[in-house]
Amino acid sequence: MSQPETYNYKVVRQFAIMTVIWGIVGMLVGVWIAAEMAWPALNMDIPWLTFSRLRPLHTNAVIFAFGGCALFSTSYYVVQRTCHVRLFGDKLAAFTFWGWQLVILAAAISFPLGITQSKEYAELEWPIDILITLVWVSYAIVFFGTIVKRRVSHIYVANWFFGAFILTIAVLHVFNNLVIPVSWTKSYSIYAGVQDAMVQWWYGHNAVGFFLTAGFLGIMYYFIPKQAERPVYSYRLSVVHFWALAFTYIWAGPHHLHYTALPDWTQSLGMVFSLILLAPSWGGMINGIMTLSGAWQKLRTDPILKFLIVSVSFYGMSTFEGPMMSIKTVNALSHYTDWTIGHVHSGALGWVGMISIGAMYFLIPRLFGRQIYSVKLIETHFWIATIGIVLYISSMWIAGVMQGLMWRAVNADGTSLALSLSRHSFPRPRRRIEERPWQADMKK
Amino acid sequence: MDFDFMHSIWTVVMFVLFIGIVAWAWSAKRKRRFDEAARMPLEDDDDVTGGNKKSGDKKHG
Repeated sequence: MSQPETYNYKVVRQFAIMTVIWGIVGMLVGVWIAAEMAWPALNMDIPWLTFSRLRPLHTNAVIFAFGGCALFSTSYYVVQRTCHVRLFGDKLAAFTFWGWQLVILAAAISFPLGITQSKEYAELEWPIDILITLVWVSYAIVFFGTIVKRRVSHIYVANWFFGAFILTIAVLHVFNNLVIPVSWTKSYSIYAGVQDAMVQWWYGHNAVGFFLTAGFLGIMYYFIPKQAERPVYSYRLSVVHFWALAFTYIWAGPHHLHYTALPDWTQSLGMVFSLILLAPSWGGMINGIMTLSGAWQKLRTDPILKFLIVSVSFYGMSTFEGPMMSIKTVNALSHYTDWTIGHVHSGALGWVGMISIGAMYFLIPRLFGRQIYSVKLIETHFWIATIGIVLYISSMWIAGVMQGLMWRAVNADGTSLALSLSRHSFPRPRRRIEERPWQADMKK
Repeated sequence: MDFDFMHSIWTVVMFVLFIGIVAWAWSAKRKRRFDEAARMPLEDDDDVTGGNKKSGDKKHG
């Protein structure tokens, strides 16, 4: 701290720019595939543009390209500023940037081609998985290397969250992607049957818990105090909810497999741990929002703070909804309906999206030494985003509950009402198979 | 020793560990250090391009 040292902002800038670009691309693909559900003709009968192939492109783009770049960018910024030391390994940090962009490019090519492992959020095939592993190990070396050479004794809480996120994702990624390759573009999981499903959702839910939660809590713990110019509300609470979150999330995966071949006790265990998760999640929410105490009036005038605080409110809502949906009887209604999609987006758009946007509005002017182009436009952006997300999740609640209720409704003779309705209400396939040459062999 | 008994022991161990973390975090000794740590982002001067201006302007005081 005593002598001036320049920080490595180049990699932070690069990731910040790509956060914005991938955010726009990823969400645009989401809008496109949502429109495909209403107007199937939008796939233009081109296999590369079918919902089934673009959907993983959308989820991977928003989680790993947009969310990932936001996390790289902010974690590199925060770890330098709170450790008072330059990022460890300039070349390695540059490799994480270019390597990560290469992963995204590979995803954008391989998904439309239909190359997939068929594991949700882990669709990328094994050669790309190896590249991810290399990038991730480099990320860990850069991040923890910076922590090791820090000039202050205390490791700030944001870095604990970033650290937990990096470490856990490394473990999850490696174990869920253990496969036997049969060609460059095809592999088979080493796990079989229900074990494969359990490993997949152990991965899948902790991708939510550590990628989409712990990492972004790291963002919250730096950027909210910074933007509000207030210290963290309760540092003690941050310590307790960090450990509680880390120990609890890892067990919640089975709630994705209620009423499946997974043993009943495992399902119940997943449900109980998901319910317990409410406490550490809300610990984080309370800590984030209460950091504003004594500075509430700033919310009136500062649209960046609005993004950050409304984001944490969405975090509170979706971490209340999540445990509720993990209760088996609620899940019996909600699972496989649009309610799930609504829940995911209240977390992904409301929490992850808005905190990333808030952090980018904080970072980008500082990183490039510019003024915000138009604060008024941020305000507009904020209201469009908030209203849009609220409409999204409430329409999906209504649709989801309706679907769940209709699904379990029966006719007087005990047959499924949904099935007898679907015969009349779903549109017939637009074209016969003879007109789709790429599916010609399916006919035989 | 059967599995159920081991599970009970493990549950108690985790509970005690959690109480330990809470007690550690709330101990009076930690208070001052934690109060300092809570201010870490604020102590940091966020001028990126202009070099090292003296941080800790009184506006946070």
